Amino acid sequence: MSSRPELQSQPEIFYNDEEARKYTSSSCIIESQAQQSERDMELLALPDDGVPRLLIDIGIALEREVEGDLMLADMGQDEGFRPGVIDGAINISAVQWLCNADKTSHDPRLRLKAFFGSLYRCLTRGARAVLQVYPEKLAQRELILGFAMRSGFAGGVFVHNPHSTKKRKEYLVLNCGPPSLSAATPQGKREQEESCSDDEGSGDKENQTVYSSVCISGRQRPRKKQKITKKGNGREWVMKKKEQMRRREMSCLQIQNTKLKRKARF
Amino acid sequence: MRLLTHNMLSSNIKGVANGFPLRIEVEKVVEKQVDFNADFLKNMFAKIEWKALVDASRSMGYSELPGDANPSMLDSDDFLQKFHHALLELHLEEGALVCPETGRKFPVNKGIPNMLLHEDEV
Repeated sequence: MSSRPELQSQPEIFYNDEEARKYTSSSCIIESQAQQSERDMELLALPDDGVPRLLIDIGIALEREVEGDLMLADMGQDEGFRPGVIDGAINISAVQWLCNADKTSHDPRLRLKAFFGSLYRCLTRGARAVLQVYPEKLAQRELILGFAMRSGFAGGVFVHNPHSTKKRKEYLVLNCGPPSLSAATPQGKREQEESCSDDEGSGDKENQTVYSSVCISGRQRPRKKQKITKKGNGREWVMKKKEQMRRREMSCLQIQNTKLKRKARF
Repeated sequence: MRLLTHNMLSSNIKGVANGFPLRIEVEKVVEKQVDFNADFLKNMFAKIEWKALVDASRSMGYSELPGDANPSMLDSDDFLQKFHHALLELHLEEGALVCPETGRKFPVNKGIPNMLLHEDEV
């Protein structure tokens, strides 16, 4: 029997009281989730300009104390935010659930498309979404990445500890439109650690409010490029393209073995 | 659920052209004190749909917000206090959010709106 949760049961059955309780009472799961959330927040690379931002955290445990409001929604459906209102989104290990059809009415492709589509729409220009993913296999990762790109996102996969089977974590870092000028690019290796400015003391709790959207009216979406059909040698050309994609994906995945230093941002 | 969140939510039912703002049906409102932060309010102001906030706060029993607002009013402490109270301190604990086009109700229980759609609404 597979140990992967999403292969055992539907989420509303797998996460029964007992299982869900682990997320709110088991200290090592809490610790692990907290670490991953911190890493998500680092990868969000919010500019350090003191401007409060609204974020959404997708797929959190209900019983944990959170600042900010909660809402119950299905990731595979349009989440119902006004367009262009969210400054950033984080997510721990929930996207792969969309790849399974838990009901006969569920089509994983449509659900992935709805998820990334609605996520893209609700983010403001230049905002970033960081999703920690746990794909079962390469095809699933490609599927997830494909739908993200088709929804208009740019970005890629960031791998933490790629050589460790236990500690390896993959993060889908997606930008909605060109990144804002003040947003930092996630650094893989930080050999000379930047001085860790401790903002905790000055940070205002209210600035951490999780939820939401940034309202920018009249946002221009980048135009999708026109597809130019090339004349090729048919099958050979297709195989060559596939190989290129695979190589590109592999180099994208071999991103730094990093020990990201945790910055207190708020 | 605070009115800050309500201001960001829209009806996500398939086919609905304009699902914002959701009407509020109140069963229980709770007031929770939140630390005042003028900077936060000034930055959030640009994101807020003002009329929706005014209507929502009135349905929650708070009528102090002016019908119209512009950024110059952010200099007034009195205005900021009212804005703060309406945006962050009024919580809808029990009730419903109603789609303005279809009338479909999204229940709110223990402060959490349930935005799950039925199969035919997706």
